[in-house]
Amino acid sequence: MSLIAIIDYGMGNLRSVSQALHHVAPDATIEVTSDRQSILNAERVVFPGQGAARDCMRALQQHELIDVVLEAARSKPFLGICMGMQVLMEHSEENDGVDCLGIYAGGVHQFANVIQQNENATPSTERLKIPQMGWNQIVYKTDHPLWQGIPSGSRFYFVHSYYVQPDDDSLITGETEYGIAYASAIARDNVFAIQAHPEKSADDGLQLLKNFTTWNGML
Amino acid sequence: MALAKRIIPCLDVDNGRVVKGVNFVDIRDAGDPVEIAARYNREGADEITFLDITASSDNRETIYHVIEDVASQVFIPLTVGGGVRKVEDVRNMLNAGADKVAINTAAVFNPELVKEASEFFGSQCIVVAIDAKQVSAEGEPLKWNIFTHGGRKDAGIDAVEWAQKMADYGAGELLVTSMDRDGTKRGFNLPLTKAITDAVNIPVIASGGVGNLQHLADGVLKGGADAVLAASIFHFAEYTVGEAKAYMAEQGIEMRI
Repeated sequence: MSLIAIIDYGMGNLRSVSQALHHVAPDATIEVTSDRQSILNAERVVFPGQGAARDCMRALQQHELIDVVLEAARSKPFLGICMGMQVLMEHSEENDGVDCLGIYAGGVHQFANVIQQNENATPSTERLKIPQMGWNQIVYKTDHPLWQGIPSGSRFYFVHSYYVQPDDDSLITGETEYGIAYASAIARDNVFAIQAHPEKSADDGLQLLKNFTTWNGML
Repeated sequence: MALAKRIIPCLDVDNGRVVKGVNFVDIRDAGDPVEIAARYNREGADEITFLDITASSDNRETIYHVIEDVASQVFIPLTVGGGVRKVEDVRNMLNAGADKVAINTAAVFNPELVKEASEFFGSQCIVVAIDAKQVSAEGEPLKWNIFTHGGRKDAGIDAVEWAQKMADYGAGELLVTSMDRDGTKRGFNLPLTKAITDAVNIPVIASGGVGNLQHLADGVLKGGADAVLAASIFHFAEYTVGEAKAYMAEQGIEMRI
Protein backbone atom coordinates (compact mmCIF):
# COMPACT_ATOMS: atom_id res chain seq x y z
CA MET A 1 0.00 0.00 0.00
CA SER A 2 1.44 3.29 -1.05
CA LEU A 3 1.86 5.95 1.64
CA ILE A 4 1.73 9.61 0.69
CA ALA A 5 2.67 12.16 3.35
CA ILE A 6 1.39 15.71 3.08
CA ILE A 7 3.72 17.82 5.20
CA ASP A 8 1.71 19.81 7.74
CA TYR A 9 3.69 22.68 9.21
CA GLY A 10 0.71 24.84 10.13
CA MET A 11 0.66 26.89 6.94
CA GLY A 12 -2.81 26.81 5.55
CA ASN A 13 -5.46 24.30 5.01
CA LEU A 14 -4.25 20.99 3.66
CA ARG A 15 -7.64 19.43 3.47
CA SER A 16 -8.23 20.17 -0.19
CA VAL A 17 -4.87 18.66 -1.19
CA SER A 18 -5.63 15.59 0.85
CA GLN A 19 -9.17 15.25 -0.53
CA ALA A 20 -8.01 15.61 -4.10
CA LEU A 21 -5.37 12.90 -3.56
CA HIS A 22 -8.00 10.62 -2.01
CA HIS A 23 -10.17 11.25 -5.03
CA VAL A 24 -7.51 10.20 -7.55
CA ALA A 25 -5.91 7.42 -5.47
CA PRO A 26 -8.63 5.85 -3.33
CA ASP A 27 -6.35 2.93 -2.41
CA ALA A 28 -3.41 5.01 -1.24
CA THR A 29 -2.90 5.90 2.41
CA ILE A 30 -2.71 9.66 2.69
CA GLU A 31 -1.42 11.21 5.85
CA VAL A 32 -1.46 14.90 6.68
CA THR A 33 1.40 14.97 9.14
CA SER A 34 4.09 16.95 10.89
CA ASP A 35 5.67 13.81 12.29
CA ARG A 36 9.28 13.47 11.14
CA GLN A 37 9.26 9.70 11.06
CA SER A 38 6.01 9.47 9.08
CA ILE A 39 7.40 11.82 6.48
CA LEU A 40 10.68 9.92 6.26
CA ASN A 41 8.82 6.61 5.98
CA ALA A 42 6.44 7.78 3.27
CA GLU A 43 6.87 6.60 -0.26
CA ARG A 44 5.92 10.02 -1.66
CA VAL A 45 5.85 13.47 -0.14
CA VAL A 46 3.67 16.48 -0.93
CA PHE A 47 4.99 19.83 0.29
CA PRO A 48 2.21 22.42 0.13
CA GLY A 49 2.19 25.92 1.53
CA GLN A 50 0.42 29.21 1.49
CA GLY A 51 0.78 32.57 3.10
CA ALA A 52 3.99 34.54 3.40
CA ALA A 53 7.51 33.18 2.84
CA ARG A 54 8.80 34.33 6.24
CA ASP A 55 5.95 32.61 8.08
CA CYS A 56 6.53 29.42 6.09
CA MET A 57 10.24 29.30 6.87
CA ARG A 58 9.59 30.11 10.53
CA ALA A 59 6.92 27.39 10.74
CA LEU A 60 9.28 24.83 9.20
CA GLN A 61 11.91 25.74 11.81
CA GLN A 62 9.42 25.59 14.66
CA HIS A 63 8.20 22.19 13.56
CA GLU A 64 11.84 21.06 13.17
CA LEU A 65 11.11 19.87 9.69
CA ILE A 66 13.77 21.57 7.57
CA ASP A 67 16.13 18.61 7.45
CA VAL A 68 13.19 16.27 6.82
CA VAL A 69 12.03 18.32 3.84
CA LEU A 70 15.59 18.41 2.49
CA GLU A 71 15.91 14.65 2.93
CA ALA A 72 12.57 13.96 1.21
CA ALA A 73 13.54 16.22 -1.69
CA ARG A 74 16.78 14.22 -2.03
CA SER A 75 15.32 10.77 -1.88
CA LYS A 76 11.70 10.27 -2.96
CA PRO A 77 8.99 11.50 -5.34
CA PHE A 78 8.42 15.02 -4.05
CA LEU A 79 5.68 17.45 -5.09
CA GLY A 80 5.93 21.12 -4.06
CA ILE A 81 2.78 23.20 -4.44
CA CYS A 82 2.53 27.02 -4.47
CA MET A 83 4.62 28.29 -1.50
CA GLY A 84 6.01 24.75 -1.38
CA MET A 85 7.66 25.57 -4.70
CA GLN A 86 8.90 29.03 -3.76
CA VAL A 87 10.71 28.03 -0.58
CA LEU A 88 12.80 25.48 -2.48
CA MET A 89 14.78 28.43 -3.82
CA GLU A 90 17.62 30.26 -2.08
CA HIS A 91 15.91 33.51 -1.32
CA SER A 92 12.56 35.31 -1.56
CA GLU A 93 11.96 39.04 -1.89
CA GLU A 94 8.84 38.74 0.24
CA ASN A 95 8.77 40.33 3.74
CA ASP A 96 11.86 42.47 2.91
CA GLY A 97 13.83 39.36 2.08
CA VAL A 98 13.74 35.82 3.47
CA ASP A 99 16.34 33.07 3.19
CA CYS A 100 14.67 29.89 1.98
CA LEU A 101 15.67 26.21 1.74
CA GLY A 102 18.19 26.77 -1.04
CA ILE A 103 17.68 23.43 -2.78
CA TYR A 104 17.93 25.29 -6.09
CA ALA A 105 19.94 28.38 -6.98
CA GLY A 106 17.76 31.37 -7.74
CA GLY A 107 15.25 33.69 -6.18
CA VAL A 108 11.59 34.52 -5.74
CA HIS A 109 10.47 37.90 -7.04
CA GLN A 110 7.37 40.04 -6.79
CA PHE A 111 5.17 40.56 -9.84
CA ALA A 112 4.62 44.23 -9.02
CA ASN A 113 8.24 45.17 -9.71
CA VAL A 114 8.07 43.65 -13.12
CA ILE A 115 4.90 45.48 -13.99
CA GLN A 116 6.43 48.82 -13.07
CA GLN A 117 9.43 48.09 -15.26
CA ASN A 118 7.15 47.12 -18.10
CA GLU A 119 5.15 50.28 -17.75
CA ASN A 120 8.28 52.38 -17.94
CA ALA A 121 9.45 50.58 -21.03
CA THR A 122 6.27 50.07 -23.03
CA PRO A 123 3.02 51.53 -21.75
CA SER A 124 0.53 48.71 -21.66
CA THR A 125 -3.22 49.13 -21.85
CA GLU A 126 -4.01 46.32 -19.48
CA ARG A 127 -2.88 46.54 -15.89
CA LEU A 128 -1.96 43.36 -14.13
CA LYS A 129 -3.72 42.77 -10.85
CA ILE A 130 -1.74 41.57 -7.86
CA PRO A 131 -2.23 38.79 -6.81
CA GLN A 132 -2.57 36.89 -10.04
CA MET A 133 -5.80 35.07 -9.24
CA GLY A 134 -7.41 32.66 -11.65
CA TRP A 135 -6.77 30.22 -14.47
CA ASN A 136 -3.64 30.61 -16.56
CA GLN A 137 -1.88 28.40 -19.07
CA ILE A 138 1.20 26.29 -18.43
CA VAL A 139 3.28 25.68 -21.53
CA TYR A 140 5.75 22.83 -21.24
CA LYS A 141 9.46 23.49 -21.63
CA THR A 142 10.37 19.85 -21.05
CA ASP A 143 8.57 16.54 -21.03
CA HIS A 144 7.75 15.15 -17.61
CA PRO A 145 5.86 12.09 -16.32
CA LEU A 146 3.60 14.42 -14.31
CA TRP A 147 2.37 16.15 -17.52
CA GLN A 148 1.17 12.83 -18.91
CA GLY A 149 -2.40 13.08 -20.22
CA ILE A 150 -2.49 16.87 -19.86
CA PRO A 151 -1.89 18.87 -23.05
CA SER A 152 0.70 21.65 -22.94
CA GLY A 153 -1.12 24.99 -22.64
CA SER A 154 -3.74 23.64 -20.23
CA ARG A 155 -5.07 26.04 -17.64
CA PHE A 156 -4.41 25.69 -13.92
CA TYR A 157 -5.67 27.75 -10.98
CA PHE A 158 -3.12 30.23 -9.62
CA VAL A 159 -3.14 32.57 -6.64
CA HIS A 160 0.18 34.32 -6.02
CA SER A 161 2.03 37.61 -5.97
CA TYR A 162 5.58 36.21 -6.19
CA TYR A 163 7.20 33.97 -8.78
CA VAL A 164 10.24 31.72 -8.96
CA GLN A 165 13.29 32.52 -11.07
CA PRO A 166 15.85 29.71 -11.07
CA ASP A 167 19.44 30.51 -12.11
CA ASP A 168 19.47 27.34 -14.17
CA ASP A 169 16.88 27.53 -16.96
CA SER A 170 16.97 23.79 -17.46
CA LEU A 171 15.03 23.40 -14.19
CA ILE A 172 11.97 24.96 -15.81
CA THR A 173 9.48 22.38 -17.02
CA GLY A 174 6.45 24.67 -17.28
CA GLU A 175 6.18 28.34 -18.13
CA THR A 176 3.33 30.82 -17.68
CA GLU A 177 2.85 34.40 -18.80
CA TYR A 178 1.72 37.11 -16.47
CA GLY A 179 3.29 40.35 -17.62
CA ILE A 180 6.44 38.27 -18.12
CA ALA A 181 7.07 34.62 -18.87
CA TYR A 182 7.97 32.94 -15.57
CA ALA A 183 8.68 29.46 -14.24
CA SER A 184 5.33 28.02 -13.15
CA ALA A 185 6.73 24.51 -12.72
CA ILE A 186 10.25 23.27 -12.07
CA ALA A 187 11.58 19.73 -12.02
CA ARG A 188 14.85 17.95 -11.31
CA ASP A 189 15.31 14.25 -10.66
CA ASN A 190 12.68 13.20 -8.09
CA VAL A 191 11.40 16.72 -7.40
CA PHE A 192 8.52 18.41 -9.19
CA ALA A 193 7.17 21.75 -7.98
CA ILE A 194 4.31 23.79 -9.34
CA GLN A 195 3.13 27.33 -8.58
CA ALA A 196 -0.51 26.58 -9.42
CA HIS A 197 -2.91 24.61 -7.24
CA PRO A 198 -3.53 21.23 -8.91
CA GLU A 199 -6.01 20.38 -6.13
CA LYS A 200 -8.18 23.27 -7.35
CA SER A 201 -7.57 22.92 -11.08
CA ALA A 202 -10.46 20.63 -12.02
CA ASP A 203 -9.73 17.61 -14.23
CA ASP A 204 -6.25 18.63 -15.39
CA GLY A 205 -5.15 19.27 -11.84
CA LEU A 206 -6.53 15.92 -10.70
CA GLN A 207 -4.69 14.22 -13.56
CA LEU A 208 -1.41 15.77 -12.43
CA LEU A 209 -2.00 14.54 -8.87
CA LYS A 210 -2.91 11.13 -10.16
CA ASN A 211 0.31 11.04 -12.18
CA PHE A 212 2.20 11.92 -9.01
CA THR A 213 0.64 9.04 -7.06
CA THR A 214 2.12 6.55 -9.51
CA TRP A 215 5.38 8.37 -10.35
CA ASN A 216 8.52 6.50 -9.34
CA GLY A 217 10.58 9.68 -9.21
CA MET A 218 12.46 8.95 -12.40
CA LEU A 219 12.36 10.97 -15.60
CA MET B 1 -1.65 33.50 -23.62
CA ALA B 2 -2.91 35.23 -20.56
CA LEU B 3 -4.85 34.90 -17.38
CA ALA B 4 -8.46 34.01 -18.19
CA LYS B 5 -11.45 35.99 -17.02
CA ARG B 6 -13.63 33.94 -14.72
CA ILE B 7 -17.30 32.97 -14.67
CA ILE B 8 -18.65 32.32 -11.19
CA PRO B 9 -22.11 30.84 -10.64
CA CYS B 10 -23.53 31.87 -7.27
CA LEU B 11 -25.75 29.65 -5.12
CA ASP B 12 -27.93 30.83 -2.25
CA VAL B 13 -27.88 28.29 0.55
CA ASP B 14 -30.50 28.19 3.31
CA ASN B 15 -30.18 25.58 6.04
CA GLY B 16 -27.85 23.51 3.91
CA ARG B 17 -30.05 23.49 0.83
CA VAL B 18 -29.74 25.47 -2.36
CA VAL B 19 -32.73 27.77 -2.74
CA LYS B 20 -34.09 30.12 -5.41
CA GLY B 21 -35.06 27.69 -8.10
CA VAL B 22 -32.49 25.55 -9.72
CA ASN B 23 -33.93 24.12 -12.85
CA PHE B 24 -31.77 21.58 -14.66
CA VAL B 25 -33.09 18.58 -16.48
CA ASP B 26 -30.30 16.30 -15.31
CA ILE B 27 -30.45 17.19 -11.63
CA ARG B 28 -32.27 14.76 -9.40
CA ASP B 29 -32.43 16.97 -6.37
CA ALA B 30 -32.59 20.68 -7.12
CA GLY B 31 -31.64 21.55 -3.56
CA ASP B 32 -28.50 19.45 -3.26
CA PRO B 33 -25.43 21.71 -3.19
CA VAL B 34 -23.04 18.91 -4.14
CA GLU B 35 -25.03 17.87 -7.17
CA ILE B 36 -25.44 21.43 -8.39
CA ALA B 37 -21.79 22.33 -7.79
CA ALA B 38 -20.70 19.20 -9.64
CA ARG B 39 -22.91 20.14 -12.55
CA TYR B 40 -21.41 23.64 -12.75
CA ASN B 41 -17.95 22.14 -12.57
CA ARG B 42 -18.74 19.86 -15.51
CA GLU B 43 -20.00 22.87 -17.46
CA GLY B 44 -16.67 24.60 -16.87
CA ALA B 45 -17.38 27.03 -14.04
CA ASP B 46 -14.12 28.65 -12.96
CA GLU B 47 -15.17 28.98 -9.35
CA ILE B 48 -18.35 28.62 -7.30
CA THR B 49 -19.68 31.05 -4.71
CA PHE B 50 -22.02 30.01 -1.91
CA LEU B 51 -24.02 32.67 -0.17
CA ASP B 52 -25.36 31.46 3.17
CA ILE B 53 -28.73 33.11 3.75
CA THR B 54 -29.67 31.00 6.76
CA ALA B 55 -31.55 33.36 9.06
CA SER B 56 -31.34 31.45 12.32
CA SER B 57 -27.94 31.56 13.95
CA ASP B 58 -28.63 28.10 15.41
CA ASN B 59 -28.32 26.64 11.96
CA ARG B 60 -25.14 28.44 10.96
CA GLU B 61 -23.13 25.26 11.17
CA THR B 62 -25.04 23.68 8.33
CA ILE B 63 -23.03 25.80 5.89
CA TYR B 64 -19.80 24.17 7.12
CA HIS B 65 -21.19 20.76 6.27
CA VAL B 66 -22.24 22.00 2.84
CA ILE B 67 -18.72 23.23 2.18
CA GLU B 68 -17.19 20.00 3.46
CA ASP B 69 -19.41 17.92 1.20
CA VAL B 70 -18.83 20.04 -1.88
CA ALA B 71 -15.08 20.39 -1.32
CA SER B 72 -14.65 16.63 -1.11
CA GLN B 73 -16.07 16.17 -4.59
CA VAL B 74 -15.65 19.35 -6.60
CA PHE B 75 -12.08 20.44 -7.22
CA ILE B 76 -12.32 24.08 -8.21
CA PRO B 77 -12.09 27.15 -5.96
CA LEU B 78 -15.00 27.68 -3.58
CA THR B 79 -15.96 31.02 -2.04
CA VAL B 80 -18.36 31.30 0.86
CA GLY B 81 -20.10 34.40 2.13
CA GLY B 82 -22.98 35.40 4.34
CA GLY B 83 -22.97 35.93 8.06
CA VAL B 84 -19.21 36.23 8.50
CA ARG B 85 -18.74 38.35 11.62
CA LYS B 86 -15.53 37.31 13.29
CA VAL B 87 -12.15 35.82 12.56
CA GLU B 88 -13.41 32.53 13.92
CA ASP B 89 -16.15 32.42 11.26
CA VAL B 90 -13.46 32.84 8.60
CA ARG B 91 -11.41 30.07 10.16
CA ASN B 92 -14.37 27.69 10.31
CA MET B 93 -15.23 28.26 6.66
CA LEU B 94 -11.61 27.74 5.57
CA ASN B 95 -11.30 24.61 7.70
CA ALA B 96 -14.47 23.25 6.15
CA GLY B 97 -12.81 23.59 2.74
CA ALA B 98 -13.60 27.07 1.47
CA ASP B 99 -10.76 28.65 -0.50
CA LYS B 100 -12.01 32.19 -0.01
CA VAL B 101 -14.35 33.82 2.44
CA ALA B 102 -16.42 36.87 1.57
CA ILE B 103 -16.89 39.47 4.30
CA ASN B 104 -19.75 41.86 3.73
CA THR B 105 -21.68 43.81 6.35
CA ALA B 106 -19.22 42.96 9.10
CA ALA B 107 -16.51 44.81 7.17
CA VAL B 108 -18.65 47.96 7.17
CA PHE B 109 -19.19 47.87 10.92
CA ASN B 110 -15.75 46.53 11.77
CA PRO B 111 -13.18 47.18 9.02
CA GLU B 112 -10.43 45.86 11.30
CA LEU B 113 -11.87 42.39 10.75
CA VAL B 114 -10.62 42.53 7.15
CA LYS B 115 -7.15 43.54 8.34
CA GLU B 116 -7.06 40.86 11.00
CA ALA B 117 -8.37 38.10 8.75
CA SER B 118 -6.05 38.90 5.86
CA GLU B 119 -3.00 39.12 8.13
CA PHE B 120 -3.92 35.86 9.75
CA PHE B 121 -5.03 33.76 6.80
CA GLY B 122 -3.49 35.67 3.89
CA SER B 123 -5.07 38.14 1.49
CA GLN B 124 -5.58 35.41 -1.08
CA CYS B 125 -8.53 34.02 0.86
CA ILE B 126 -10.24 37.25 1.90
CA VAL B 127 -12.88 38.69 -0.40
CA VAL B 128 -14.68 41.87 0.58
CA ALA B 129 -18.23 42.04 -0.73
CA ILE B 130 -19.33 45.57 -1.53
CA ASP B 131 -23.05 46.29 -1.93
CA ALA B 132 -23.37 49.68 -3.56
CA LYS B 133 -26.24 51.87 -4.69
CA GLN B 134 -26.27 55.07 -6.68
CA VAL B 135 -26.89 58.12 -4.50
CA SER B 136 -26.24 60.92 -6.99
CA ALA B 137 -29.25 62.56 -8.62
CA GLU B 138 -29.59 62.71 -12.37
CA GLY B 139 -27.23 65.27 -13.87
CA GLU B 140 -24.85 65.13 -10.91
CA PRO B 141 -21.50 63.36 -11.12
CA LEU B 142 -22.05 59.65 -10.44
CA LYS B 143 -21.67 58.60 -6.85
CA TRP B 144 -22.40 55.33 -5.11
CA ASN B 145 -22.65 54.55 -1.42
CA ILE B 146 -22.32 51.33 0.54
CA PHE B 147 -25.69 49.93 1.61
CA THR B 148 -26.34 47.35 4.31
CA HIS B 149 -29.37 45.31 5.35
CA GLY B 150 -30.04 43.94 1.91
CA GLY B 151 -29.75 47.35 0.28
CA ARG B 152 -32.12 49.18 2.60
CA LYS B 153 -29.70 51.17 4.76
CA ASP B 154 -27.27 53.77 3.45
CA ALA B 155 -24.05 53.41 5.43
CA GLY B 156 -22.98 56.86 4.25
CA ILE B 157 -19.69 55.53 2.84
CA ASP B 158 -18.52 56.26 -0.71
CA ALA B 159 -18.21 52.94 -2.55
CA VAL B 160 -15.05 53.77 -4.52
CA GLU B 161 -13.22 55.11 -1.46
CA TRP B 162 -14.38 52.05 0.45
CA ALA B 163 -13.01 49.76 -2.23
CA GLN B 164 -9.60 51.44 -1.97
CA LYS B 165 -9.68 51.22 1.80
CA MET B 166 -10.54 47.52 1.73
CA ALA B 167 -7.70 46.86 -0.71
CA ASP B 168 -5.35 48.73 1.66
CA TYR B 169 -6.68 46.65 4.56
CA GLY B 170 -5.61 43.48 2.82
CA ALA B 171 -8.61 42.27 0.82
CA GLY B 172 -7.39 39.93 -1.92
CA GLU B 173 -10.41 40.48 -4.12
CA LEU B 174 -13.58 42.59 -4.24
CA LEU B 175 -17.07 41.32 -5.06
CA VAL B 176 -18.96 44.40 -6.23
CA THR B 177 -22.74 44.12 -6.32
CA SER B 178 -24.95 46.89 -7.64
CA MET B 179 -28.02 46.98 -5.43
CA ASP B 180 -29.76 49.03 -8.14
CA ARG B 181 -29.35 46.25 -10.63
CA ASP B 182 -29.51 43.10 -8.51
CA GLY B 183 -32.43 40.97 -9.69
CA THR B 184 -33.36 43.32 -12.55
CA LYS B 185 -31.75 41.37 -15.43
CA ARG B 186 -30.74 44.75 -16.94
CA GLY B 187 -27.02 44.07 -16.78
CA PHE B 188 -24.23 45.10 -14.42
CA ASN B 189 -23.93 48.68 -13.31
CA LEU B 190 -20.94 49.26 -15.59
CA PRO B 191 -19.97 52.79 -14.44
CA LEU B 192 -19.80 51.50 -10.85
CA THR B 193 -17.79 48.45 -11.87
CA LYS B 194 -15.42 50.57 -13.95
CA ALA B 195 -14.96 53.18 -11.22
CA ILE B 196 -13.89 50.47 -8.79
CA THR B 197 -11.71 48.43 -11.17
CA ASP B 198 -9.89 51.66 -12.07
CA ALA B 199 -9.38 52.55 -8.42
CA VAL B 200 -7.82 49.33 -7.10
CA ASN B 201 -5.09 46.92 -8.16
CA ILE B 202 -6.70 43.73 -6.85
CA PRO B 203 -9.12 41.51 -8.81
CA VAL B 204 -12.74 42.65 -8.99
CA ILE B 205 -15.81 40.42 -9.47
CA ALA B 206 -18.83 42.14 -11.01
CA SER B 207 -22.23 41.09 -9.69
CA GLY B 208 -25.88 42.05 -9.84
CA GLY B 209 -28.22 42.32 -12.78
CA VAL B 210 -27.11 39.74 -15.34
CA GLY B 211 -29.94 38.87 -17.73
CA ASN B 212 -28.10 37.67 -20.81
CA LEU B 213 -24.67 36.68 -22.10
CA GLN B 214 -23.85 40.13 -23.47
CA HIS B 215 -24.17 41.45 -19.93
CA LEU B 216 -21.42 39.07 -18.82
CA ALA B 217 -19.15 40.14 -21.67
CA ASP B 218 -19.81 43.82 -20.95
CA GLY B 219 -18.79 43.34 -17.33
CA VAL B 220 -15.31 42.50 -18.58
CA LEU B 221 -15.08 44.63 -21.72
CA LYS B 222 -16.72 47.79 -20.40
CA GLY B 223 -16.59 47.32 -16.64
CA GLY B 224 -13.01 46.04 -16.55
CA ALA B 225 -13.98 43.18 -14.23
CA ASP B 226 -11.67 40.20 -13.74
CA ALA B 227 -14.57 37.87 -13.07
CA VAL B 228 -18.34 37.92 -13.48
CA LEU B 229 -20.83 36.41 -11.08
CA ALA B 230 -24.38 35.37 -11.95
CA ALA B 231 -27.09 33.31 -10.35
CA SER B 232 -30.46 33.10 -12.04
CA ILE B 233 -29.40 32.83 -15.69
CA PHE B 234 -27.55 29.64 -14.82
CA HIS B 235 -30.00 28.26 -12.25
CA PHE B 236 -32.93 28.34 -14.60
CA ALA B 237 -30.80 26.78 -17.33
CA GLU B 238 -31.41 29.75 -19.60
CA TYR B 239 -27.75 29.41 -20.49
CA THR B 240 -25.08 26.93 -19.49
CA VAL B 241 -21.75 28.15 -18.16
CA GLY B 242 -20.19 26.62 -21.26
CA GLU B 243 -22.39 28.71 -23.56
CA ALA B 244 -21.50 31.81 -21.59
CA LYS B 245 -17.80 31.10 -21.92
CA ALA B 246 -18.03 30.44 -25.64
CA TYR B 247 -19.94 33.68 -26.13
CA MET B 248 -17.39 35.70 -24.20
CA ALA B 249 -14.47 34.05 -26.00
CA GLU B 250 -16.05 35.01 -29.35
CA GLN B 251 -15.83 38.62 -28.24
CA GLY B 252 -12.12 38.28 -27.77
CA ILE B 253 -12.15 37.71 -24.03
CA GLU B 254 -9.55 35.25 -22.73
CA MET B 255 -11.49 32.32 -21.25
CA ARG B 256 -10.76 28.83 -19.98
CA ILE B 257 -12.65 26.75 -22.53
